[in-house]
Amino acid sequence: MQKIGVFICWCGSNIAATVDVKRVAEAALHEPGVVYSADYQYMCSESGQTLIKNAIKEKGLTGVVVCSCSPRMHEATFRKAAESCGLNPYMVEIANIREHVSWIHKDIEEATEKAVILMRAAVAKVNLNQSLTAGKSDVVKRALVIGGGIAGIQTAIDIADAGYEVDIVEKKPTIGGKMSQLDKTFPTLDCAACILTPKMVEAASHEKIRIISYSEVESVSGFVGNFTARIKKKPRYVNEALCTGCGICAEKCPSRKSKNEFNEGMDTRGAVYIPFAQAVPKLAVIDPTACIKFKTGKCGLCERNCTAKAIDFNQKEQIIEEKYGAIVVATGFNPIKLDGLEEYGYSQNADVITSLELERLMNAAGPTGGVLLRPSDRQHPHKIVFVQCVGSRGLRPCDKPYCSKICCMYTAKHSMLIREKYPDTEVYVFYIDVRTPGKNFDEFYRRAVEQYGVHYVKGQVGKIVNDGGKLIVHGSDLLMNEQVIIDADLVVLAAAIEPDPTAKSVATMLTASIDTNNFFTEAHPKLRPVESPTAGVFLSGVCQGPKDIPETVAQASAAAVKVVGLLSKDQLTCNPCVAGSNELLCNGCSSCEKVCPYGAISYITKEVRRGDFRRVAFVNEAVCQGCGACTVTCPSGAMDLKGFTNKQIMAEVDAICK
Amino acid sequence: MQVENKEFKPTIVAFCCNWCSYAGADLAGTGRMQYPANVKIIRVPCSCRVNPTFILRAFQRGADGVIMCGCHPGDCHYTSGNYYARRRMTMLFDFLDYLGIEKGRTRVEWVSAAEGARFASVMNEFVKNVTELGPNKRITDLRCKMEKEGE
Repeated sequence: MQKIGVFICWCGSNIAATVDVKRVAEAALHEPGVVYSADYQYMCSESGQTLIKNAIKEKGLTGVVVCSCSPRMHEATFRKAAESCGLNPYMVEIANIREHVSWIHKDIEEATEKAVILMRAAVAKVNLNQSLTAGKSDVVKRALVIGGGIAGIQTAIDIADAGYEVDIVEKKPTIGGKMSQLDKTFPTLDCAACILTPKMVEAASHEKIRIISYSEVESVSGFVGNFTARIKKKPRYVNEALCTGCGICAEKCPSRKSKNEFNEGMDTRGAVYIPFAQAVPKLAVIDPTACIKFKTGKCGLCERNCTAKAIDFNQKEQIIEEKYGAIVVATGFNPIKLDGLEEYGYSQNADVITSLELERLMNAAGPTGGVLLRPSDRQHPHKIVFVQCVGSRGLRPCDKPYCSKICCMYTAKHSMLIREKYPDTEVYVFYIDVRTPGKNFDEFYRRAVEQYGVHYVKGQVGKIVNDGGKLIVHGSDLLMNEQVIIDADLVVLAAAIEPDPTAKSVATMLTASIDTNNFFTEAHPKLRPVESPTAGVFLSGVCQGPKDIPETVAQASAAAVKVVGLLSKDQLTCNPCVAGSNELLCNGCSSCEKVCPYGAISYITKEVRRGDFRRVAFVNEAVCQGCGACTVTCPSGAMDLKGFTNKQIMAEVDAICK
Repeated sequence: MQVENKEFKPTIVAFCCNWCSYAGADLAGTGRMQYPANVKIIRVPCSCRVNPTFILRAFQRGADGVIMCGCHPGDCHYTSGNYYARRRMTMLFDFLDYLGIEKGRTRVEWVSAAEGARFASVMNEFVKNVTELGPNKRITDLRCKMEKEGE
């Protein structure tokens, strides 16, 4: 028989205001096995924990029930407290009387009654609890970073600097991500390339970092400390070892019709190309959909001109398989497609562009060499209208409900840079709110308004029509309460940002969760912002939510610290709540093996009784994650899950239905 | 009869998976979203841990409705657990219906960790449905009832 102590937390007034804690404590004493009960204002506090520890020691408790907040919050706290005074941590159970009782019910009578029932269920469970010992598993001292933008690069450099091997897997031919396309960065206006490209080179030349570019992670198996990833390396049709990145092939390529992704499709590139001058790795890549050789079998001009003999039309897809201890997701973002937002006429008018396109138009390495020219007639625009919140903060299905966070600041940057370089240009900005929380951000925005004379108009744009080359912008000015019509030469849309389309498949592959907007969910929104709920998977950058470069870098470094903390351990403690088979009942039918998502179950021949050799299920405890699928599948009831045994759950059912 | 129905408060057992639905229930709590106190939640690691015998036991012991909540299809923390659960429950609920436990007393719902409001609304609706169906008498074990009354 267990000797159980029941501890009821007031949680200040969070619980005590709706639940009569004294009555719960009193009721507990009538439950089988309960020898002690107590209530206290803050059970999770130092003194609350001491109360539990003392009771365990003085009363010789063999089981503990804490009626408090969600076990997702403090189960670990109380288990640790129990462990510190010699009680097996898995003899502690939590009855959730805050989130599931006091916070959702108003009637004291009803809430107290429910709290008593939940306490009773927890006591019934603890009566059947058994001491569990956690096993150990080894940690592979290598990290995988998925995505090679600024977030992935920063995370990789920090992990590598701590002395661990890192692989960056980037799906594009070069690392650098969105930041490499930017011209200048707010609020300091330093050039993006000048601060990013040295980091790209640092990553490439770091002895602990391997960049696997033009590749995608195909599948991931395993668990924290011991993941196995299959990485698919797409063929470049260029031998990486031989290519020097001289660019002669790209010059000679006669196919000139492909849109240049780096310049947002505003100019063209050859079928063989180097993404941009500072690409890392600086290697050519052939786009087989555009290459004349691939389409007709004739050409091969690049091959003939390559002095390094690097062109290889027969290159095949490669699979790299590697083991990792930790995985960092840094899959980044894209501006949304504007086809659904008809009112701005983005798809009909060449002179309605996105902010990222404007970045390229202003960049010295861009399609116009850094001279701001309208895409339609290559004339200098004299009146420019910026529209904020395009697709952000909207309620229509084509809109995103959230704020994209970076647009207010980059629009202030753009307008300021344009006014600085072309003082004869008039600049209007339509906005819903200007959001500038951040160090030196509001000062920056005010400079745009006060010093550079940018016209900020509070209101939204309803329609943009093309009238003989002029873009007539119909908007509203909410402060003046009037309609505004501006004949603009160029319209720049601050398109909302959304997670990269690969986010969903990556999340599924890693069993990490994403929210309704496809942003990765953190383990705790406040206290564990860089970890995913899946152990060993960490989040870096915009894949977790919209953020600017400084925030991305900060989060990237934070994720790196978490990874380093994990990799610095030689062994990890496993979850002891795993499946186990009763060999006397097992008939070796293989049902459980088929449903196990982790391949944790195998079959061994064992002497279950003297002279009775039988094929029985064997659970690899280091691999089992404790889902319990096998327990229900087992036709003979041999399989059970420690910590959530059939008997324990039945006892809870009984206690609730009593 | 009407009076009896008004006073009738069904006993409802909710099995919630640890990763999505239990967290969703926590979020309903954090958001102070009300749902009836009749709903009592049992935490399981995954919806695939819910053995049909647990549900039978609940009805046998006098539960008036049982609801099982898991992660949305495709989002299972254990990759595929909720698919197993879905199949099992489809079969079980058909079987229970045959035994006279109406479909309205049994339910499978997918509630993610971000759907506190959905958790509350699902529970409100389910409790309402079960209340309308009245007490479950079909497979209640009379011995349990006698025990209860004996107390």
